[in-house]
Amino acid sequence: MNAAVSVRGLTKRYGDVTALRGVDLEIRPGEVFAILGPNGAGKTTTVEILEGHRDRDAGTVSVLGVDPRRPTRRWRARTGIVQQAADDMAEVTVREVVRHFATYYPRPRDPDEVIEQVGLAGKADARIPALSGGQRRRLDVALGIVGDPELLFLDEPTTGFDPEARRRFWDLIRGLEGTTVLLTTHYLEEAEALADRVAVIVHGRIVAEGDPRTLGGRASARATVAWADGEVETDTPAATVVELARRYGGEVPRLTVTRPSLEDTYLRLIEERSGP
Amino acid sequence: MTTTDTARGLPSALEIGAGRALFELRQFFRERDQVIFTFSLPIVLLVLFGSIFRGRFEGSGVTVAQVYTAALIGAGVLSVSLQNLGVSIAVEREQGVLKRLAGTPMPRSAYFLGKILSVMVMSVAEVTLLLTVAVVLYGLRLPDDVTGWLTFGWVGILGLAAGSLLGIAASSLPRSAKSATAVITLPFIVLQFISGVFIPFTELPGWLVGVASVFPLRWMCQGFRAVFLGEGGAALEVTGSYELDRVALVLGAWVIGGLVLCLLTFRWKSRRDR
Ligand SMILES: Nc1ncnc2c1ncn2[C@@H]1O[C@H](COP(=O)(O)OP(=O)(O)O)[C@@H](O)[C@H]1O
Ligand SMILES: [Mg+2]
Repeated sequence: MNAAVSVRGLTKRYGDVTALRGVDLEIRPGEVFAILGPNGAGKTTTVEILEGHRDRDAGTVSVLGVDPRRPTRRWRARTGIVQQAADDMAEVTVREVVRHFATYYPRPRDPDEVIEQVGLAGKADARIPALSGGQRRRLDVALGIVGDPELLFLDEPTTGFDPEARRRFWDLIRGLEGTTVLLTTHYLEEAEALADRVAVIVHGRIVAEGDPRTLGGRASARATVAWADGEVETDTPAATVVELARRYGGEVPRLTVTRPSLEDTYLRLIEERSGP
Repeated sequence: MTTTDTARGLPSALEIGAGRALFELRQFFRERDQVIFTFSLPIVLLVLFGSIFRGRFEGSGVTVAQVYTAALIGAGVLSVSLQNLGVSIAVEREQGVLKRLAGTPMPRSAYFLGKILSVMVMSVAEVTLLLTVAVVLYGLRLPDDVTGWLTFGWVGILGLAAGSLLGIAASSLPRSAKSATAVITLPFIVLQFISGVFIPFTELPGWLVGVASVFPLRWMCQGFRAVFLGEGGAALEVTGSYELDRVALVLGAWVIGGLVLCLLTFRWKSRRDR
């Protein structure tokens, strides 16, 4: 199968600032792909280039087989976009705006069904300025999916949410089966909860990529065995524990066996690359 | 392009444009501030001025109410076109509405079509209300010949076209959504003062008349005076004539100039994202 998104050597400069330094990405159809990185890493720059909203300085980009530098209406109809910042406050209701956006597409979904899916059925007749921040984002998603896109871009969709709202938003994204999703986030748990694959971006470079469970060599990383009187890093923690048990003649005081968490891996990746 | 796109199942720009016009109108008339400042203000002013100044101009039989009606029709048309579009598009740009639209398969022409159609509907409503007030309260006589209505038509259409294009171009001036109203409205109020809307043109110093003559509003008001004041009023003009040929020339030039300005300055993105 052809990649939904394929990026090679993507470079972008804003004046003196180099925002992207040779980004490579390959996103398969149907997968949820997360670009994870701290603020200013280049996440928005990357997705906006893929969306056809920004120009690039170098690199090749193919999104659904099309170079987004020259977006066509047909290509636009196959993609859905949820921007990082969208704060328009028009005096229209949720239902009115979703219905209106549906008319732009050749094969739109049923607007009421979409409103239901994003969890705004109870707010369908509320005007936009009356929505909460979380409800606004749900509306943004509704507008992003009403055209029934093959590929959905979500740029930091849950920034500013409380944990409860974030969990409910994740359920919404999990329900978008069949749609390829490119999500950016600076929340590690979000990438872990939603993504089939994650790319970590720091200072405009992808520093690690893969399954969130094995990211940065996490699965194969050495385990740390720690107990009351010591600590060792080892590839064979079970053997170490057996050895310790023999030495103590039974229970080992304050015994723990740990592997780096995704967070440890992520923080290590960011730190390694943050130096000059 | 539209035909091939439609053949492939994409809705036409005309369809979407008409839908956008309805959407825009609905939005506009729900926005209280906008309705008060751009739509109702000329009507309120007509009621006010017409009640305060009840006299006639000496020797011409022209009533002050007639002069204000002609002037406020000009100002009203620019209000719903230039001022309305200048502010609303600036806000839409800064709040990311334009960027959101640019990310959908909506043809860009449909956006402008929607703006123009909605502004046309607003102008017709605005002018109808102004005329109704003038006829009912001040006994304004509507033109009784075809020539009068024709002049009314072309002055209105050229003025509306120039105002809409200039509004779209002016929307690039404000640096933020918050400043849009001030940046667009203040110069528009000044323009109304120097174009003879509030103060009769004959009372203004020559250099101000010169400045005003560069802009479309003075000529729109003059054209509408030709329609509603009749021959008797021509003597009140600066040159003793309505100069309809110059009205057409200046407004036509602004339509072309406005179109060029739009093509040169229109941006779908805000200053923040380039
Ligand atoms: N329009 C712009 N003009 C100048 N610099 C920009 C612009 N957009 C982003 N940048 C810079 O590019 C870098 C990456 O930004 P961005 O892509 O927004 O990061 P992220 O979305 O990961 O927070 C940052 O250093 C940011 O300051
Ligand atoms: Mg960002």
